[in-house]
Amino acid sequence: MKAILTVIGRDKVGIIAGISSELVKFNINILDVNQTIMKEYFTMIMMLDFENSDSNFDIVKEGLITKGKELGVDVKIQREEIFNSMHSL
Amino acid sequence: MNTNNILETIKMIEEENLDIRTITMGISLLDCIDSDGDKAREKIYNKITRSAKELVRVGREIENEFGIPIVNKRVSVTPISIVAGATNEENYVKFAEILDRAADHLGIDFIGGFSALVQKGYTKGDKILINSIPEALSKTKKVCSSVNIGSTRTGINMDAVKEMGEIIKTTAELTKESKGFGCAKLVVFCNAVEDNPFMAGAFHGVGEADKIINVGVSGPGVVQRALQKVKGEPFDVVAETIKKTAFKITRMGQLVAKEASKRLNVLFGIVDLSLAPTPAIGDSVAHILEEMGLETVGTHGTTAALALLNDAVKKGGIMACSHVGGLSGAFIPVSEDAGMIDAVLKGALNLEKLEAMTAICSVGLDMIAVPGDTSAETIAAMIADEAAIGMINNKTTAVRIIPAPGCKVGDMVEFGGLLGRAPVMKVNENSSELFIQRGGRIPAPVHSFKN
Repeated sequence: MKAILTVIGRDKVGIIAGISSELVKFNINILDVNQTIMKEYFTMIMMLDFENSDSNFDIVKEGLITKGKELGVDVKIQREEIFNSMHSL
Repeated sequence: MNTNNILETIKMIEEENLDIRTITMGISLLDCIDSDGDKAREKIYNKITRSAKELVRVGREIENEFGIPIVNKRVSVTPISIVAGATNEENYVKFAEILDRAADHLGIDFIGGFSALVQKGYTKGDKILINSIPEALSKTKKVCSSVNIGSTRTGINMDAVKEMGEIIKTTAELTKESKGFGCAKLVVFCNAVEDNPFMAGAFHGVGEADKIINVGVSGPGVVQRALQKVKGEPFDVVAETIKKTAFKITRMGQLVAKEASKRLNVLFGIVDLSLAPTPAIGDSVAHILEEMGLETVGTHGTTAALALLNDAVKKGGIMACSHVGGLSGAFIPVSEDAGMIDAVLKGALNLEKLEAMTAICSVGLDMIAVPGDTSAETIAAMIADEAAIGMINNKTTAVRIIPAPGCKVGDMVEFGGLLGRAPVMKVNENSSELFIQRGGRIPAPVHSFKN
């Protein structure tokens, strides 16, 4: 299963490090990443691969949202099908 | 990975109220028919609670994994008049109560199918069911009821029209503590469809499979935002913009329907393309029409704007989805749409204009409060007018009207939640009594003879 992670919030040191180390805990691989600063806001989108992860989606989601709160950023994780189905035939 | 597309989808959900209005599981109760009422009810309870056991859990799971809100989980069943008609009972309230208990047990939001199809005539079961509606709706919370009184193929059953005027009045009276809330759970149809996932009119038609998953989408806010970007452009551009947006919205519906169908191991039925508004700001069909250039919905031009919207939504939606069904058009309920409520309060929108709007969209006079002293005959005549529009135009029309007890024009009836609040609207005070007293049937129109 693949999922899209979006992280949006005020820029500061350690956001990518914090989120990535959380993903390592769950053995989730990062397939693609795009990060930019839009109007002072840190915006990052990652494509994640759950294939080698034993963790359940809910636990990963909870872990990432908690991490996001610690870092002061908004974290969302959604299965990639929702984006594919809306934007491609 | 296209970041613009990803951010666009997230914005639609977060800021523009894109959601899935409902996953509705249709369940056939034909195999629950029994001459013993208690046995029939036991079978009904068991079949519904067994079939839809995982519905709420799966709905939440999809919501969580895909990040798209699914507002309601619902069940529709075979019209109870058919199932209960085999018993010797003379009142079907107990059937409504068992549906309510099953709905409570499952944790779903609504259950539809306390229904009768009498477009051409009554069976014994139809008669008893219709007479049981007021008490059934006053004694249950989640049960929704509908009666089909006409169709293009059969004409209009004017005896049923007359009776439904009285039933609506009695239902309002029995639920007067809540300003006639019972009537919000009762729809009178012409050309009712068998796979509608929306309430209060959902029932599971006899031509359907044993169990089926139907999904209703929503997203007026998304369409309105898209139109904000094409201000002043000609209608060709407006129509194209709506089509593209409807396509995207419907793809969500299709994905959720397929996923729910797979996880529940129940056949996928249809996606209903209807743009369903909610009373929340930014989730209004009226505001889409106003975005096209109308000062207020209800003014001249409203019908044309709605025609364009309704057609473009279908064109975009049909391409996006393998099976389209249900009502599939723009909904224009008054109490459930902030823009419609404002238009009534401003005096820009009246019942006559609403009637014209119902001729070109789905569904009909929906969630409209009228004065409590409106006569049963006047309500019946409103039903007859709507049925005539449906019959002649080959489309579904419906009446869901609340003669709010003790309320006068200008009062506000609060229902809360998705049902919103309804300003009490003025009705034509001239009598339709002699017209309604005639009874009988209005014959099917000539264009129904296509064989």
